[in-house]
Amino acid sequence: MAELTATRTRPETPPVMPPRGRRRLSDSDSFLAWIFLLPSVVYIIGLVALPFGLAIAFALSDVSAGDPSYDWAGLDAFRRAFDDPVFWQSLGNTFIFTLVSMVLIVVLGKVLANILVADFRGKWVVRFLVLLPWTTPVALSSVSWLWLLDSIFSPIDWALRNLGLIEANMYWLGKPDLAMASVIAVHVWRLTPLAAVIMMAGLVSIPKDVDEAARVDGAGFWRRMFEITVPLTLPVMAVAALFGAVLTFTDMAVVYVLTRGGPTNSTQVLASWAYIRGIEGGDVAQGAAIALFLFPLLLAAAVLILRAVRRMEVR
Amino acid sequence: MAVVSVRNLRKDFDGGAVHAIDGVDLETEEGEYLVLLGPSGCGKTTLLRTIAGLEEPTEGEVLIGGHVVNGLPPRARQIAMVFQSYALYPHKTVFANIVFPLKAERLDKAERDRKAQWAAELLGIGHLLDRKPRQLSGGERQRVALARALVREPQVFLLDEPLSNLDAKLRASARDELKAFQERVPRTTIYVTHDQVEAMGLGDRIAVMSAGKLRQLGPPVQIYDDPADTFVATFIGSPPMNLVPRDGVLVGFRPEHLLPVEVVPEAGRTTMPFIVDRMEYLSGDRHVYGRVTGIGEETRVIARLPSTVETPISGGETHDFAVAPGRLRFFSAETGVRTDPVRLGD
Repeated sequence: MAELTATRTRPETPPVMPPRGRRRLSDSDSFLAWIFLLPSVVYIIGLVALPFGLAIAFALSDVSAGDPSYDWAGLDAFRRAFDDPVFWQSLGNTFIFTLVSMVLIVVLGKVLANILVADFRGKWVVRFLVLLPWTTPVALSSVSWLWLLDSIFSPIDWALRNLGLIEANMYWLGKPDLAMASVIAVHVWRLTPLAAVIMMAGLVSIPKDVDEAARVDGAGFWRRMFEITVPLTLPVMAVAALFGAVLTFTDMAVVYVLTRGGPTNSTQVLASWAYIRGIEGGDVAQGAAIALFLFPLLLAAAVLILRAVRRMEVR
Repeated sequence: MAVVSVRNLRKDFDGGAVHAIDGVDLETEEGEYLVLLGPSGCGKTTLLRTIAGLEEPTEGEVLIGGHVVNGLPPRARQIAMVFQSYALYPHKTVFANIVFPLKAERLDKAERDRKAQWAAELLGIGHLLDRKPRQLSGGERQRVALARALVREPQVFLLDEPLSNLDAKLRASARDELKAFQERVPRTTIYVTHDQVEAMGLGDRIAVMSAGKLRQLGPPVQIYDDPADTFVATFIGSPPMNLVPRDGVLVGFRPEHLLPVEVVPEAGRTTMPFIVDRMEYLSGDRHVYGRVTGIGEETRVIARLPSTVETPISGGETHDFAVAPGRLRFFSAETGVRTDPVRLGD
């Protein structure tokens, strides 16, 4: 306190120095902005814009594996695609798979997110196990599911048989309905962890006070869940749902590895059908035309995701 | 029968490494405003949360309305709590916020609306019912939080620093409103704060806490005038009580009782030379900083002279100051606890 007395002397102020050094290039915001943005701009142009332009160009041509020269063919490829009933079946399947998976992913993701935020012994092990399906490459996990669902040696069938729940093998991938269910199950299995992690971020962002206030106000688990947690995390859940939808909608690996679209195209989706037509069948133009049908829905999903994110920022 | 009482309450965190509450016994009186006061980290909020049922005590009992409520969830305890942040539901309108506890009670709609209207009118927020919390000012949010607590007609209100989110000017008027609210709805209230001005202004009784222990429980006048130990003596009052060491005791006196000798009646006063260092002029009062000798070791003390005392004083001088009889307090230098008066004989 002694140094605060009114009679203290002020220390000598240092002499004023002229500014040193010059403005450097790294002081310029506009230059830095360009430098930092450039890699992602190059990436987006090279790996998104160019292939997209190519797909449109191919779809309007008659390019095929046998005759790779580019000739303008108008909407011929689209006409050929539309004339094939398999295209319509694939389109329908794509929507069924996407919608059913999305609903299951959101519901199970929410349950899993609740488990992930809960505090209990050994939660690290549980978190690690939960995230495994998401970190495994799709092709690898699809192959292991192919074994799990094998028509003769399926361990799932073996377990069900030994439990006395079934008499004979189920032929998971051999019957149309079961094959569809299997494909959906694998999608849900691999995407639920992603949705859970996204929703966990949402759950964590709810102020602790608000949840405690609801507890004091007399709300039980379900009321808190549906009146507080879900409304407050709705934008985050929307993002999780849309990511799930986009990743199911565009995926061909699961269908291709498990069923190749069979039996009799009952699990065929746009992505796999585009691949089968365009690459395996050699009709590049038709493959591109089919693949372009993914675009409108992806566009809508992208718009919705951006909107949901905006809503989160506003709140 | 006490509305709330806690018996030998302990709460440990981190597996016993931290004693947030370290053996507290406390009982509210019917309809009183009990303020839990203490520095941050003293355990007052933990105590409130334990009463609310948001924390489970490590040891001891919490009783509400004469029943042990240990293990009961908050909703079964007939309490209402106002949080420091108010914790309004951001996605719900003011009206939906207020009826939420009633919906949880499964009250029918007509009754819900009636009660919500009543609470909103009582707190003067009837015109805000369609707004969302983010469209409200801090003071309005506080009133919504109070209305939400009120509709439950709880046995006890628990308020956790409800004024600390408001700016200084609003705080004074909100404190006023809280007092008025208490008069209209006389119900046992436990109020947590670290602000002694709030505590002194609002509390019927104040429970001063430090390091998880209850230091003193009593009405504001008693807490201020007769502190139980040096912690209470120095925590309450601004500037705090002066403590002068002398032969194993601490002689304490409030800054406003240390006055120039000529304004203190002669009979029984304790005189001491005061070496003045400097002076501050604060809202009409003069705060004089310096050292006193004569009654014990030379010690830095502060004197607060009201504007009615016009004795000229300036830094560097030595003045005779005095404390009126009955204004000295004595504490054990070892434990800090109040002891019997000692003759200072000068």
